[in-house]
Amino acid sequence: MHEQTIAELKRGLSSGAFSSEELTRHYLERIERLDDTYKSYITVTKEAALAQARAADAARAGGDAAPLCGIPIAHKDIFCTRGVRTSCGSKMLDNFVPPYSATAVEKLEQAGCVMLGKTNMDEFAMGSSNENSYYGEVKNPWHIDSVPGGSSGGSAACVAAQLAAAATGTDTGGSIRQPASHCGITGIKPTYGRVSRWGMVAFASSLDQGGVLARNAEDAALVLQQMAGFDNRDSTSIDRPVEDYCQNLHAGIEGTVVGVPGEYFGEGLDSAVGAAVEAAIEQFEALGARIKAIHLPHTRLAVPAYYIIAPAECSANLSRFDGVRYGYRCSDPQDLDDLYKRSRGEGFGEEVKRRILVGTYALSAGYYDAYYSQAQKVRRLIKQDFVDAFSDVDVIAGPVAPSPAFRFGAKSRDPVAMYLEDIYTVPVSLAGLPGLSLPCGLAAGKPVGLQLIGNYFDEARLLNMAHRFQQATDHHRQRAAGID
Amino acid sequence: MEWETVIGLEIHIQLSTRSKMFSGASIAFGAPPNTQASAVDLAMPGTLPVANERAFHHAVMFGLAVEAEIASTSVFERKNYFYPDLPKGYQTTQLQQPIVGRGHIDIQLADGSTRRVRIHHAHLEEDAGKSLHEDFHGMSGIDLNRAGTPLIEVVTEPDMRSAGEAVACARKLHAIATSLGICDGDMSQGSMRFDVNVSVRRQGQRQLGTRTETKNLNSFRFIEEAIALEVERQIELLEDGGEVVQETRLYNGETKTARPMRSKEEANDYRYFPCPDLLPVVLDQDYIDAIARELPELPDARRRRFAEQYQLSDYDAGILSGDAATAAFFEQVAATCKDPKQAANWVMGELTARLNTAELAIADSPISAPQLAGMIARLQDGSISSKMAKQVFEAMWNGEGDADTVIEKRGLRQVSDSAELEAMVDDVIARSAKQVDNYRSADPAKRPKMLGYFVGQIMKASKGQANPQAVNKILQKKLTPRD
Amino acid sequence: MITLAPRQGPVPGDWASPTHAETDVDRTDIEKLAELARIEITGATIDQVADSISDVLQLVEQLKSVDTEGVEPLAHPLDAVQRLRADSVTETDQREAFQALAPAAEAGLFLVPKVIE
Repeated sequence: MHEQTIAELKRGLSSGAFSSEELTRHYLERIERLDDTYKSYITVTKEAALAQARAADAARAGGDAAPLCGIPIAHKDIFCTRGVRTSCGSKMLDNFVPPYSATAVEKLEQAGCVMLGKTNMDEFAMGSSNENSYYGEVKNPWHIDSVPGGSSGGSAACVAAQLAAAATGTDTGGSIRQPASHCGITGIKPTYGRVSRWGMVAFASSLDQGGVLARNAEDAALVLQQMAGFDNRDSTSIDRPVEDYCQNLHAGIEGTVVGVPGEYFGEGLDSAVGAAVEAAIEQFEALGARIKAIHLPHTRLAVPAYYIIAPAECSANLSRFDGVRYGYRCSDPQDLDDLYKRSRGEGFGEEVKRRILVGTYALSAGYYDAYYSQAQKVRRLIKQDFVDAFSDVDVIAGPVAPSPAFRFGAKSRDPVAMYLEDIYTVPVSLAGLPGLSLPCGLAAGKPVGLQLIGNYFDEARLLNMAHRFQQATDHHRQRAAGID
Repeated sequence: MEWETVIGLEIHIQLSTRSKMFSGASIAFGAPPNTQASAVDLAMPGTLPVANERAFHHAVMFGLAVEAEIASTSVFERKNYFYPDLPKGYQTTQLQQPIVGRGHIDIQLADGSTRRVRIHHAHLEEDAGKSLHEDFHGMSGIDLNRAGTPLIEVVTEPDMRSAGEAVACARKLHAIATSLGICDGDMSQGSMRFDVNVSVRRQGQRQLGTRTETKNLNSFRFIEEAIALEVERQIELLEDGGEVVQETRLYNGETKTARPMRSKEEANDYRYFPCPDLLPVVLDQDYIDAIARELPELPDARRRRFAEQYQLSDYDAGILSGDAATAAFFEQVAATCKDPKQAANWVMGELTARLNTAELAIADSPISAPQLAGMIARLQDGSISSKMAKQVFEAMWNGEGDADTVIEKRGLRQVSDSAELEAMVDDVIARSAKQVDNYRSADPAKRPKMLGYFVGQIMKASKGQANPQAVNKILQKKLTPRD
Repeated sequence: MITLAPRQGPVPGDWASPTHAETDVDRTDIEKLAELARIEITGATIDQVADSISDVLQLVEQLKSVDTEGVEPLAHPLDAVQRLRADSVTETDQREAFQALAPAAEAGLFLVPKVIE
């Protein structure tokens, strides 16, 4: 059962081949048996999952099956879940059980999904390797000594290891696309404002966007369909109808113009990764797309701009974690200052503290114009690059990450090297565009992801392109050795 | 050496919305602690702000009332600092692009002249919660009900030159806000709070002296006292060769003393930046025009109208028009009793004095406007004397019913009937031969003073119920020597 | 075969400039930042933090030389504007649920070490 895609599971459930309770038990059993190795889950909600599954079966029996009725999925532990600990991968929230759920979680619940548990992640979504989790590093199912990518590493690993049918994730600078790439699955970050941020613990508000990690594009479309939509509780959410992502999934892509930015194939790119990506682009050409070389001239400024904007926003967003109303409080605070400093000093991990300090620096008196304001201007230049490009092309293709999954510890002592993992994903985040990562081959035995970047609200096109690619190839069906 | 005082004000005005600036929690005053602190107000993880339209409506009203530019685009920023009453660790406020730009108000000075005070800008922001300092095993308690209450902060230019001017400015802003109905004006509940920036300089010196800021004054009296105290302190300091240190101070209205705040002001670096959870607010001209059309009568216009319509002195008109509730109360009394002058006297005199003593707002007055008007009517038609009126007022204040009921119950009817009074006068004259002789032989200029004895006797005989004016007339007639 | 545009992509090595000078932060800077951010940094790790933050600042340094004359800062990727909410009370009292999460609460209040104004 765990090998089936959501589309297949839907058929099995509706034909009565198996019940949601059986399916859920099967997944829970796999998690229990295998996840000690991968550490992809922080919390497994066994009893609640079974109750949801039984409710789903009852609803189906009553002729009231929602679109994803009885499908077991996992949520990144950044999404608040009512009554279920939401840690955000941090000691700070180790004891935090929210009395409310994120909009995305509520919507998927209404769509009939069963929640298996909460997935591991880099603390407060800060990281590209999942080495920054209070709950320990997640292992890449393809290569146990390598990182799964981050920050949605637990979500990517649990889908790759078939410990959930799909998982939610969030992407601030690449946190869905890069782990999807490293774990050989399909991940989509929609347009900024497409999925509500309500109940999603904020890292960098102007960049954070929820999305999906799944086995293939069709599954991603099925889940995103239920997750997306306007929410009046999120001021940055866009009031615009959600397209039907599944309707056009099978449409031909003949004549689609695919832009290939030279800047994404520069010197830092691993040659095997480059080769796999170029081969994938050729595959699109074979499917009838037209390939066009383009320029995104400000690409090299994206990582610097991102590492001002994201830390600046996070430095304020994380001030609420002060040991007063919820979360970690240090023992025996001597005075108010001591309460703040030790609760935050002890509750946050190294990378989170680093980013808060960088953001504090960038916003402090005398630096605002040179850093934050300048970064937001550069951000407009980066967005304009894409706007210009999309006047000539329908979609942009390139690599997701410069190299395949690296070994644990390889970059954890060098933050800048880690930040450069995001060079191809960060520009898309800054522009707020939708981006999709799909498997396109292997490099040194590790998965390589192809990134498709769409125009604003062009998620349907990205999913259609990816689906057509997956109809024609079987990269997405490759599984890590040892995943039975 | 002559010193000149320079004062600027910052005024926090709590807006009379139903819900908070960024959440759907109630802002009603007096709820048990933290029962009106929603997930957003508590800065629970993942929660997000959505801005309240009415707060913008009220801010625009204020801007129009002070003839300010209204910004078509305004932007919320985050002001970062840690304090337990500030749950997010930043206050959402406006800095670079506030909703209300430059404006002005005119204040009337004691000498009858008018001074223009420039408004630098006014911005929308959220209020903080409260720290309660009662001892909880050596800890402070935090109540976040007030956190997120919408405020406008009005910042004036340093255009005031005395404590009196500052108070006049504060009163004028209070009058404007209450007239607009954007604030309940209840200062005892913190609905309006004032920070005063005070500096002194030698007369004729152009450069401003170093200023201090005294924060969170919540009564006009405290504003006056705190400024006087601070001016005195600064002058003394400078005359002794010292220097004024720029600092934030707290005034204690009970002990009438002030001290610098202990928190480390100098370490503050607020790291303002545009709030990424809130987008620029764009108001179109139609929205602003619609508010302009519905703007109620403002204090200045009302003052002019009161002076003209009710034939009041400028001073009386100024006082009665100042506060919207007082103005409405006065107008109702005047309309009902049809004697604006008496209405003005009673509202400004006895009623205001009693309300002040009891620390009550006019809206909570135990005597209603119709009750006061009813009493004035009885005074006018001679049914009661002004001395009796004070008794009636007292009784009405204590909830004994309206004027007629009190008059009836206490038998306060004044005797004005001339036959009855003439009999009393005759009786007294008959019993006071010596005094009558003295009176009649006295210099006519001295007689009015001598009348007092007879009036007193008659009032005593009538148990205070004789109408003194009528008695006076009859006495004069009867005592005047016949030629 | 795909013809790609001339290669001028970002090169990780580009940023590994040998001199940090301008963007170096020292112990004092870190202490000041840690004070503003209310984060305790222990003496033993402070130099290491200073080094890694210097590295990050070196990375972002190149932003300063970009000509952004006349470019508006981007606040929302779609340049959207704020929607305003109708003024109505939609929240109910959930004090009990929220204070169950509090490290210290009593009589409906959150407790903290004495606040001194």
